[in-house]
Amino acid sequence: MAVETATSVVHPAGVTPGLPGVATDFASDKQAFVVPWGKAMMWIFLLSDTFIFSCFLTSYMHVRISSTVPWPNPSEVFALTVFGQHIPLILIAIMTFILISSSGTMAMAVNMGYRRNRGKTASLMLITAAFGATFVGMQAFEWTKLIVDEGVRPWSNPMGAEQFGASFFMITGFHGLHVSAGVIYLVIVAMKVWRGDYDRKGNYEIVEIAGLYWHFVDLVWVFIFAFFYLW
Amino acid sequence: MSAKEGQQHPIAIYLWIWGLLFVLSAFSYAVDYFHLQGALRWTLILLFMFLKAGFIVAIFMHMHWERLALKLAILVPPLCLLILIGLMAVEGDYTFLTRSGFFSN
Repeated sequence: MAVETATSVVHPAGVTPGLPGVATDFASDKQAFVVPWGKAMMWIFLLSDTFIFSCFLTSYMHVRISSTVPWPNPSEVFALTVFGQHIPLILIAIMTFILISSSGTMAMAVNMGYRRNRGKTASLMLITAAFGATFVGMQAFEWTKLIVDEGVRPWSNPMGAEQFGASFFMITGFHGLHVSAGVIYLVIVAMKVWRGDYDRKGNYEIVEIAGLYWHFVDLVWVFIFAFFYLW
Repeated sequence: MSAKEGQQHPIAIYLWIWGLLFVLSAFSYAVDYFHLQGALRWTLILLFMFLKAGFIVAIFMHMHWERLALKLAILVPPLCLLILIGLMAVEGDYTFLTRSGFFSN
C-alpha cells in the first residue's frame, strides 16, 4: 500500500498542472466530514465567527483590566424602573430569555423539518424570527436609552471609564447585526419551506444549517451576558 | 444515523434543555440580583455560562451526536483563545500598573 501511494502521489493519473490544478485538487471529492457539505461549511464559518467575537471580548477584557478609571456598573446602567420598582439588569434578563426561547423554537423547527412537517417547520421558524426581531427591537430601545438619556458615546460617558461605550457598542452592535441577519435568513428559509422547496428536493438539511447559525447567535449572547453584563 | 435521515431526536430532549437554559439563566441573573461578589460570583457566573454554552452546542446544535472528526475540528481550535486571553490578562495588568504609576506622579 505504501508503494502504491508513493507512486500515485508523485504522478497521479489525469492531474491538472499549475493553478487550475490547485482548484481541481481542492475539489477532488475527498470528504473529511461525514455530514452534508453545507453543514460542515456552516460549522467552519461559525468557528471563524467564534474567533471574531472572542477577539472583541478579549479586547474588552483588556481595556477593562487596564483602565484606571472605575468601570460603570452594568447592573445599574442597565437597570429599569418598572411601575415604580427599580429592577437591576431587567431588560437584559428579558432579552436573554427571549433569545433562549427563540433557540428552543428553532430546535423544534429542525425536528419538525426532519419529520417532513412543512407547516409546523415554517411556522416555528417564523416564531423564531419574531423572537429575534423582538430581541433586536429591545436592543434598539436599550441603545436609544443609553445614547439619548444617559449620554453614552463610544469615546465618553458620564458614568466612568471611557472605554465602556466603545466596548458596549462594538460588542452588542456586532451581535445585534448577527441577530438581524439571522432574522432575514430564517424568514427566507421559512418561505422556502412553506413553498415546499425542500419537499421537492427531498431533504430538510437547510433548516438544520440555518438552525446552527441561530443557535450560535444565542451561544454568543451567553458569553456577552456573562462577561459584559454580569462582570 | 444511516438508518434515519439527519439529526432526529425525541422532542422531549429539546424541551428539557430549553427549560434547563431558563433555569440556568435565572440563576445567573440571581447572582447579580443578590449582589454576590468576589470569587463566589465569578465561580457561579462562569459555571452557569459554560453549562449553558455546553448544552446549546451539544444538544441544540447536535454536536453530541456528530462524529469525532467534526467535533475535534470545531471544538479544539478555539482552545488557542485561552493563550490569547491569558496573554491579554497579563498585559492588561501590566498596563494598569504602568498607568497607575504614571498618573500618581
